[in-house]
Amino acid sequence: MAERLKSGRCGEGPTRPAAIDVAAIVTDTVASRGHNLVTRPTGRAVREAIEQRLTTTSPSPFVILLDFTRVRILDFSCADEVVAKLLLRYQDSDRPANVFFLFRAVGEMHRHAVEEVLDRHGLAAVCDIGGGFQLLGPATTEERRAWSTLERCERIGPRDLAGALGDLGEPLLRGLARRRLAYWSGNGEAAALSALARTP
Amino acid sequence: MRVVEIPPSLDYRNVDAVFAEAAATAPEPVLFDARRLRWIDPNGMLSLLCAGQVAAAKGAVPRLSLPAGGDVVGYLDRMGFPGAAARVFHASPRRGGRAPSRESDVLLEITSIATNSDVHEVVDRVQSRAGAILSRTLRYPPAAVVQFSVILSEVCQNIVEHADGPGWVAAQRYNWTRRLGRQVLVIGVADVGRGFRDSLAEEHAERFGDRWGDVTALEAAFLMGLTRFPDTGRGQGIQQIRKQVARWQGLVSIRSGTARIADSPSWHPSPPVVEGLPRFPGAQINIVLPERIDG
Repeated sequence: MAERLKSGRCGEGPTRPAAIDVAAIVTDTVASRGHNLVTRPTGRAVREAIEQRLTTTSPSPFVILLDFTRVRILDFSCADEVVAKLLLRYQDSDRPANVFFLFRAVGEMHRHAVEEVLDRHGLAAVCDIGGGFQLLGPATTEERRAWSTLERCERIGPRDLAGALGDLGEPLLRGLARRRLAYWSGNGEAAALSALARTP
Repeated sequence: MRVVEIPPSLDYRNVDAVFAEAAATAPEPVLFDARRLRWIDPNGMLSLLCAGQVAAAKGAVPRLSLPAGGDVVGYLDRMGFPGAAARVFHASPRRGGRAPSRESDVLLEITSIATNSDVHEVVDRVQSRAGAILSRTLRYPPAAVVQFSVILSEVCQNIVEHADGPGWVAAQRYNWTRRLGRQVLVIGVADVGRGFRDSLAEEHAERFGDRWGDVTALEAAFLMGLTRFPDTGRGQGIQQIRKQVARWQGLVSIRSGTARIADSPSWHPSPPVVEGLPRFPGAQINIVLPERIDG
């Protein structure tokens, strides 16, 4: 069932953008002096702690920014648990909450691990690795073009859709929304996740 | 008492002789006589510990004799070898290891890995020393310390997740003047656990049929990224280690059962797979990272 945006330029969509400091969860979960996110059990524990926080929030759709900037070391096992498995869980139709994820990482230090695990699962994610949000992971050229246009415009209403993206604009944006890379409302409006995250 | 002679120089190139002796041990006292030892690397030290454990598992009472003096004794102390050996060899003297100074060649003393907490401890501990050695000695970019830490984490997790038993890790910088004309960082990881063939057998042996063995298991893990877990997210560790070590033009090899598999750089030409080696019941991972040369 499509969600309705209720206010703002394209209505009131996903609400209550929030950031989760992943390093703080690491500190709460394991005794790592250096905010190092390593080993699969640690990654699993951190993912479960994040999921626990998400179950205590409201049932309406919302955007969560997972902030890795205070995490120093991110190994592949943890990236698989905290990025890939989290995305997989919330892509399922029986997801426990209607959450869209954004990631903030530290340049090349984290980018490589994140891209590798996304690629392995055929997932894509919206990630700020310094210098603005990017679409990481496998996506078609058309999907990337549509995502970039939406990111630049922030929101695209039904009257602007064809002009911005051509006849394939709607299916492309719907496809991005199914992959949880954009927000698509029931009345034909689309919003970039980064724009929703900036919504006060 | 049976005596196993340890050669004067022991590193990843000649540890198989020690494994062969350990595998042939009977339930009797056995002395690993290392009094002639003059040079040893992390893989040599971990191999001695593994050989002692293998002998003990066969019912032997392993003992170890070390040189009375010389540079190698100080080096063994700095690497924490006496403490580790005291837990493996009968009546082995437990000398106090000296804490490495800031300029020490030791990156990581011999450290027991049994749990994920041990992996965290290792990654937390090496940060400052790894930064100094990687940037100043090997001339790697500053971000290399993060990539190195990821490698270290993944190789140590390999023990916890696949060996079903404890193991060790150690790392040391060397000046390979004659061999390579460059500085290198040697990382050794070893355990006497299940080994790759046993670890992967339940999940993968059937489809490999008659071809299943030590070589096939190593190829499955090393080349194909297979693990014993039916989860597409698993098996990335070794693959990512190979990629990163190749970017640094380094060497990575895994020895398990009767085989060894390796990614060898141009400065170390060697066959990608060697089979028919003395049986080693566990896994030994050797990584050599060379100093970067411009151009």
